[in-house]
Amino acid sequence: MTTTAARAASLTKIYGEGEAQVVALDGVDISIDQGRFTAIMGPSGSGKSTLMHCLAGLDSVSSGQVWIGDVDLTALKDKALTALRRDKVGFVFQSFNLIPTLTAQENITLPMDIAGTKPDQQWVDLIIDTVGLRSRLDHKPSELSGGQQQRVACARALASRPEIIFADEPTGNLDSRSGAEVLGFLRRSVDEFGQTIVMVTHDPNAASYAQRVVFLADGRIVDEMADPTAERVLDRMKRFDIEGNPTADPVS
Amino acid sequence: MLRASLRNLVAHKLRLFLTALSIVLAVAFVAGTYVFTDSLRASLDTLIQQNQPDVTVRPAAADFSPEFQGAGEVLTVPTELTGAIEDVPGVVMASPQVLVPNVVILDDGKPLGAETGGFTGGTAIGGDWPDDAFNPNTIAVGEPPVGAGEVAIDTGTADQLEVAPGDTVTLLLPSGERRDFTISGTTEPRAGSNFGVSFVYWAFPAAQELLLQPGQATSIAVLAEPTASQQVIADGIRPLLPTGLEAITGEQIASQVSEQLDSGLGFLNTFLLVFAIVSVFVATFLIYNTFSMLVAQRTRELALLRAIGASRGQVLRSILAEAVIVALVASLLGIVVGAGVARGLQLLFQAAGAPFPSAALVFQPRTIIVALTVGLVITLASAILPARRASVIPPMAALRDEQPRTRGLGRRTVIGGFLLGAGVGLAVMSPQLAEYGTTNAAIMAGVGALCVLIGVLATAPELARPAAAAIGSPFRGVVGRLARGNTRRNPRRTAATAGALTIGVALMSAISVLAASTQASVAGIVDDVIGADFVVTGYGFQPFSGEVSAAIRATPGVAEVAVVKQAPARAPGTGDTLITGVDPQDIQRALSLTATEGSLDDLTGGTVALDSETAAEIGAGVGTVVQVLSVVGPVDLEVVMVYEAAGGFTGYVVDLPTARELGASQQDNVVYVVKETEADATSVEADLNLALEPFPNVQVLDQSAFKDSIGDQIGQLLNFLFALLVLAVLIALLGIVNTLALSVFERTREIGLLRAVGMLRNGIRRTIVLEAFIIAVFGAVLGMVIGVAFGALLQRILASEGIEKFAVNGAQLALFLALAAVGGVLAALWPAWRGSRLRILDAIATE
Ligand SMILES: Nc1ncnc2c1ncn2[C@@H]1O[C@H](COP(=O)(O)OP(=O)(O)OP(=O)(O)O)[C@@H](O)[C@H]1O
Ligand SMILES: [Mg+2]
Repeated sequence: MTTTAARAASLTKIYGEGEAQVVALDGVDISIDQGRFTAIMGPSGSGKSTLMHCLAGLDSVSSGQVWIGDVDLTALKDKALTALRRDKVGFVFQSFNLIPTLTAQENITLPMDIAGTKPDQQWVDLIIDTVGLRSRLDHKPSELSGGQQQRVACARALASRPEIIFADEPTGNLDSRSGAEVLGFLRRSVDEFGQTIVMVTHDPNAASYAQRVVFLADGRIVDEMADPTAERVLDRMKRFDIEGNPTADPVS
Repeated sequence: MLRASLRNLVAHKLRLFLTALSIVLAVAFVAGTYVFTDSLRASLDTLIQQNQPDVTVRPAAADFSPEFQGAGEVLTVPTELTGAIEDVPGVVMASPQVLVPNVVILDDGKPLGAETGGFTGGTAIGGDWPDDAFNPNTIAVGEPPVGAGEVAIDTGTADQLEVAPGDTVTLLLPSGERRDFTISGTTEPRAGSNFGVSFVYWAFPAAQELLLQPGQATSIAVLAEPTASQQVIADGIRPLLPTGLEAITGEQIASQVSEQLDSGLGFLNTFLLVFAIVSVFVATFLIYNTFSMLVAQRTRELALLRAIGASRGQVLRSILAEAVIVALVASLLGIVVGAGVARGLQLLFQAAGAPFPSAALVFQPRTIIVALTVGLVITLASAILPARRASVIPPMAALRDEQPRTRGLGRRTVIGGFLLGAGVGLAVMSPQLAEYGTTNAAIMAGVGALCVLIGVLATAPELARPAAAAIGSPFRGVVGRLARGNTRRNPRRTAATAGALTIGVALMSAISVLAASTQASVAGIVDDVIGADFVVTGYGFQPFSGEVSAAIRATPGVAEVAVVKQAPARAPGTGDTLITGVDPQDIQRALSLTATEGSLDDLTGGTVALDSETAAEIGAGVGTVVQVLSVVGPVDLEVVMVYEAAGGFTGYVVDLPTARELGASQQDNVVYVVKETEADATSVEADLNLALEPFPNVQVLDQSAFKDSIGDQIGQLLNFLFALLVLAVLIALLGIVNTLALSVFERTREIGLLRAVGMLRNGIRRTIVLEAFIIAVFGAVLGMVIGVAFGALLQRILASEGIEKFAVNGAQLALFLALAAVGGVLAALWPAWRGSRLRILDAIATE
């Protein structure tokens, strides 16, 4: 039996007003299963990032509700929301994931340092070994390669054992080999540690690491797919183009 | 490209504002200084122009510097000359006048304003109420004084006393007599201001009787026919005058006074400009820092411009054009704010006791030209380096580069190190130069200190990393770690921001050390030199009646009394000075002066004792005859003793009869009192106070009170200097605001990330505030080290001038440090608030 790690009900997000109004999310209902690796795909501008930000409590919603576990995020004030992000959510962004003045080690334990809690050293060691960064712990981000930086970011996201990790195109800036390393690591954390992960991606290949793919177009969920492979995802994506989605840009 | 510059300026209003603000403040100080002195000058000019009779007959040789005038005997003119003068062709009227400088207005038995001190120290100018034709004043309320029992007083004094016509005022006359008078009216000047000086007027006969002898006046004012030449009339009067008197035209007096004012105000102007230059120097730092940051942030944008075909020169010019626009706007604003600064200076001087009027402000073209030039030059000088740096970056390099990298510090550090070494060398050697004159040594020390300062500022980036780590080390946790990291990531920026504060704190510390040393030395001298148990002085160091010393002599328990008189003179080696008159026997019981040559016992009529410093300067020794110009004319004096100057006791010393001959007044300036050895000090002091009750204008100070009274004066001067440095420190703090605001802007993404992974707004704020704290403490400590060292150096150089002891006011220095830290924290509040308000998503959104 699966439980729900995060959930959104009739989630709507509108940017701007009047003429310039953009409906980025249009009544989205979604639930994220615990212990599973979910990918969100869709053409550019379809609202993937917006959905992730709203689910993660980084942005306010225009209407609808969002839960992480059984906490309703839309009812929380900034302080409580910040604490919830710190304690229950991990993040990996496409770029600029690390604080340049801190070492890799310090970046990994940053959320716990902010919370003032003691990291579980065994767990942190396990993660560091899994991402293979032991020899780089005292390096500053500027002394690490892009792939290494993203691995540090993944390690940070995992280190505090969050209930859920959100990743927005974590491999968007990486070459295919480093990308595969990072994705493989994310998948392992799901398989071996039971971590819940939601990942936004453009890349069918990346999506194939997930266990479930949700397709977004024009701020609505239009399809989903279980146990995806790169080919099936690519096929599905091509159909968006053929359907002539007005906001769709050619996917690289 | 000009359009691009303008767009840029408009697009970044905030940054523009911050850059401009520092220029505004620096320019405002410069402009304010000029406006202040020009306004003062203008208000004095109206006074001089309006108040001169066509011709004045007065005692000759009355043109000593104003601070020495009135210190000696009141010289007089016989009134009987009036008739003869009126017979001179072209003269309409001649009128004898009385004006003496030392009438004391009593308020509840104490001299009015004595407590607050100030220039006049409770003393009023007393005179007759002249005929309208000669009267620079008018009656504001009431009537002119009539008879022997009535006076008119100036409105300001009446307000202070809270009296009105019809009330009574108690006066202490120069003769020592205390009398009540009825106030007939209050007066106000026809033009200008009284400059805070109190005035008391009687009808002429009463003034003559109370202040002078029958048949005497202090001058005779002459009214000429409108068509007559002042010069011709003066020439006509001159043959009538006995020797010692002169007839001088109104124009001559005006130009004489003008000259004195020019030199006095010139000094004041230079003095204030020195502080203004400090502010400008500090502001230059800030502007340079801001432009560096702005350009660094725009590197990619500029590179894009280059990539699409803008030339190097175009990029350079666009940045400089931006700088010129900012400089012009800010300088104009600075001139406007300068009016506020001028007003502030007026208030500051008033608070320090200088009675400068709050007159209308004068903007001369010169002020505006200087202010604009200063603003343009410092802004362009600050912008040119960053602009050059930006223009030489190859376009692709800049586009690729995410974060502008700090370049090596090598060359700068080497030059800085060299300057530092040279500066220390100069400074260390400078005390040796003191033999050849302290001014030279002080200049050398100053140049050394400047080299050290610039050297330290140049090498400061190297220091910034370890210093930031050390200062930040007590702060544990992420906040501490982040703040330390932020101050260390761009050491140049940290150093430049802190450097501005370093300059201000260095100056304040040096002044503090010098003042503490002076105080300690004075106290030491009082201990070593003054054997007297009590010192009796007038409030505000005004002279007092001879009856005081008589009353002291009659007090039980008093063993020795030594009286000191002063006579204004112009003497070789000292310029305008006061010659001290003492009784050689008495004074040796009260003071222990060290003779380097001769003996004070030989001091008799026509001889003089000289301090060694002055003696060396004019090459005099025992036996040399020196000529001094006194109020009664040139006098030859033979040197019989050379002594070591001890604190306030310096310069020319003669015996009492000679002092009188030189024009010292009948009044005394200081009385030293030695008690009988077995007498109890407390009871003698009580007896003295009792005996001196009839003389409310004098105070009895025991040794420690005497030290305190000198200490108070130094403290007052100190506060005044600190107030002038405040603006420089404010600009430095503004620099912290600026740097942090721009840093926060630069770190938008980083802050967003921290917020995303769970840092509360408060955490962001604390990080930024702590960063400011580290920068401020770093700058202040650096400044303090330099300042204390420089202060110590100056003390050594000035040791021969009497500042023999080195002392540090630890509490004061600690206060500076605390204030700098608090200032830094306050400076961070706004950037911190902004940082904490940044939208998280702005940070995460990829470009
Ligand atoms: N801050 C904003 N203000 C106004 N409109 C916005 C804002 N952020 C996003 N949008 C709009 O909302 C829609 C969804 O944007 P979102 O960033 O979620 O798309 P996305 O699916 O992540 O696209 P991409 O694949 O390009 O990252 C877009 O049309 C976008 O223009
Ligand atoms: Mg996106």
